[in-house]
Amino acid sequence: MTVNKARLIQGNQACAEGAIAAGVTFFAGYPITPSTEIAEIMSEELPKIGGKFIQMEDEIGSMACILGASLTGKKVLTASSGPGISLKQEAIGYASMAEIPCVIVNVQRLGPSTGGPTSTAQGDIMQARWGTHGDHPIIALCPATVKECFDLTVKAVNFAEKFRTPVYVLLDEIIGHMREKVILPNKEDIEIVDRKRPSTKPGDYKPYRTDESLIPEMADYGTGYKWHVTGLHHDETGFPTTKPALVEKLMNRLMSKLDKYKEEILLWQEESTDDAEVLIVAYGSTARSALDAVEKLREAGIKVGLFRPITIWPFPEEALARLAANVKGVIVPEMNYGQLYLEVERICKDKCKTSGLFKANSEPITPDEIIAKVREVL
Amino acid sequence: MRPDLQELFRMEKLPHIWCPGCGHGIIMRAIAEAIKESGIDMDKTVIVSGIGCSSRAPGYMNFDTCHTIHGRALAFATGIKLANPELNVFVITGDGDATAIGGNHFIHAARRNIDLNVILFNNNIYGMTGGQYSPLTPTGSKATTSPYGNVERNFDIPTLAIAAGASYVGRGTAYHDKLLKDLIIAGINNKGFSLIEAISMCPTSFGRRNKLGNAAKMLELQKTAAINVKAAQKLPPEKLEGKFLIGELHNKPAPEFTEEYDKLIAKLRKEAEQ
Ligand SMILES: Cc1ncc(C[n+]2csc(CCOP(=O)(O)OP(=O)(O)O)c2C)c(N)n1
Repeated sequence: MTVNKARLIQGNQACAEGAIAAGVTFFAGYPITPSTEIAEIMSEELPKIGGKFIQMEDEIGSMACILGASLTGKKVLTASSGPGISLKQEAIGYASMAEIPCVIVNVQRLGPSTGGPTSTAQGDIMQARWGTHGDHPIIALCPATVKECFDLTVKAVNFAEKFRTPVYVLLDEIIGHMREKVILPNKEDIEIVDRKRPSTKPGDYKPYRTDESLIPEMADYGTGYKWHVTGLHHDETGFPTTKPALVEKLMNRLMSKLDKYKEEILLWQEESTDDAEVLIVAYGSTARSALDAVEKLREAGIKVGLFRPITIWPFPEEALARLAANVKGVIVPEMNYGQLYLEVERICKDKCKTSGLFKANSEPITPDEIIAKVREVL
Repeated sequence: MRPDLQELFRMEKLPHIWCPGCGHGIIMRAIAEAIKESGIDMDKTVIVSGIGCSSRAPGYMNFDTCHTIHGRALAFATGIKLANPELNVFVITGDGDATAIGGNHFIHAARRNIDLNVILFNNNIYGMTGGQYSPLTPTGSKATTSPYGNVERNFDIPTLAIAAGASYVGRGTAYHDKLLKDLIIAGINNKGFSLIEAISMCPTSFGRRNKLGNAAKMLELQKTAAINVKAAQKLPPEKLEGKFLIGELHNKPAPEFTEEYDKLIAKLRKEAEQ
């Protein structure tokens, strides 16, 4: 076994390398700070491995373009920030509805609107969940280290392929631009998942028929299956329907298909939670400050722990509820005006006190601010 | 339907949703005839559309088909073609779909000269939403959102496509359906961005409101107002007033995007080997 060298790389670069390691061979994007490095790296690396990069005329086109590529059987990625992610929303909904695997890296910057192009933020948490219209399934993963940018992008590609859903990798500007020493895994140690191809002959293929897995088999365009893809409600043949019973059947399956795989999808980290009296719930770069705060408070004899959701959507609700039952209070520091807090409050409010520490002015939340908040709650 | 064309359709999905007298069905048939006559591999052919009455056509056609979102068919098609250049990719789109909401993708797909066969069904109106004015509704014409007559000016679609970089451009009509088929075949044979404007008619939402008569009258209008580009060359300008050109309007081969990209890949491979 060869041992990879330690390297000093950026979160954005780790995302790009993770995507390629996971088998991504198609990228479409449009430049926007603070995500642009991902497009730049993909433009350099993909043609070297026979993959394709295209800089589209806008982010709507970029999102549509990767969905087209995905239909031919390729693993696909796009990356953007702020305004660009807003533009992608309609096509993300199409991907949810037509169940087209794709990964969207969102390196969050401070909004709304053009906001702060180079400012860090965590203001797109609710957009990731509900940004496109209508009820729809979505997965969002949130790295806190450069190494995790790599690992979670690999996971995101695997989840997209396995569950046929759009998957977000939600960085914040700090994580995207931060450089850390990493040792990336060897190719042979990386788990790769491919979408399920049809087990039937073209004539018998019903593109949206599922077994108990709830995930339909997907034919590559150009392989003779001649199937129809639409954003309209459709039955298992893939053709439009307005029959309420069939619409409901489709929607029920879409809305429950990820539930079946929660054990696999829900990822989180617990730090010093065993005897904690106060629990900090933090994610992304804020979790790094939170971890520092936990260490300092522990040194001072204060029993505080960290719950870090790595999968933000669907939210690891049961894990948090278990912990919340044994603490006095939960604190949610986040770089927005209280987005994930809404979810945490919903889960914890019957079990303990909840409070938020919100800051969205382009500066990170510091360990000292978190420490002060913990002391206030205690 | 002609028996030899049936394999190109999903017969069980017919009849279609279009209104009586709509021109879209004639254009859809011309596309099927062109595909059949061109002899391309139907298993390797993808038809992509946006949203609109015209964009419903792929649902009836027996290929890999993708009914996407409003205005974005060309962006989806760009992804399909670039990801797998082996595929023959057709785009069916409306005047609103292609030149209003999708105008940006339209000019950029043409600029790249990516090998797509675009058939733009121009019925001069937003049909699907019940007759609002489009960038192709003639100035002065009535629509539900131009009740006093359209104040805006129009695009000339072929001129737009040529200026943007399309390598093959033609225009046919539902009346001139044989010409339309031939133009689509020529577009298929062109390695690059081919734009065929197909003049359709919408008696329900455009003709009625503008007192153009029934579908037959509207077809007749296409017959009398259209003039073949070859014939037009011999006529003085005053004879061309009120007419529009049909036929092959532009044929200028140019480097095709996906081929150029593949050359880049080959070059990088070679450099890596050395
Ligand atoms: C983003 C978005 N905006 C608006 C609509 C509503 N809409 C559906 S079809 C259409 C117009 C279609 O007109 P055209 O492209 O000319 O095709 P036609 O129906 O006339 O064939 C509009 C505005 C939509 N589906 N999506």
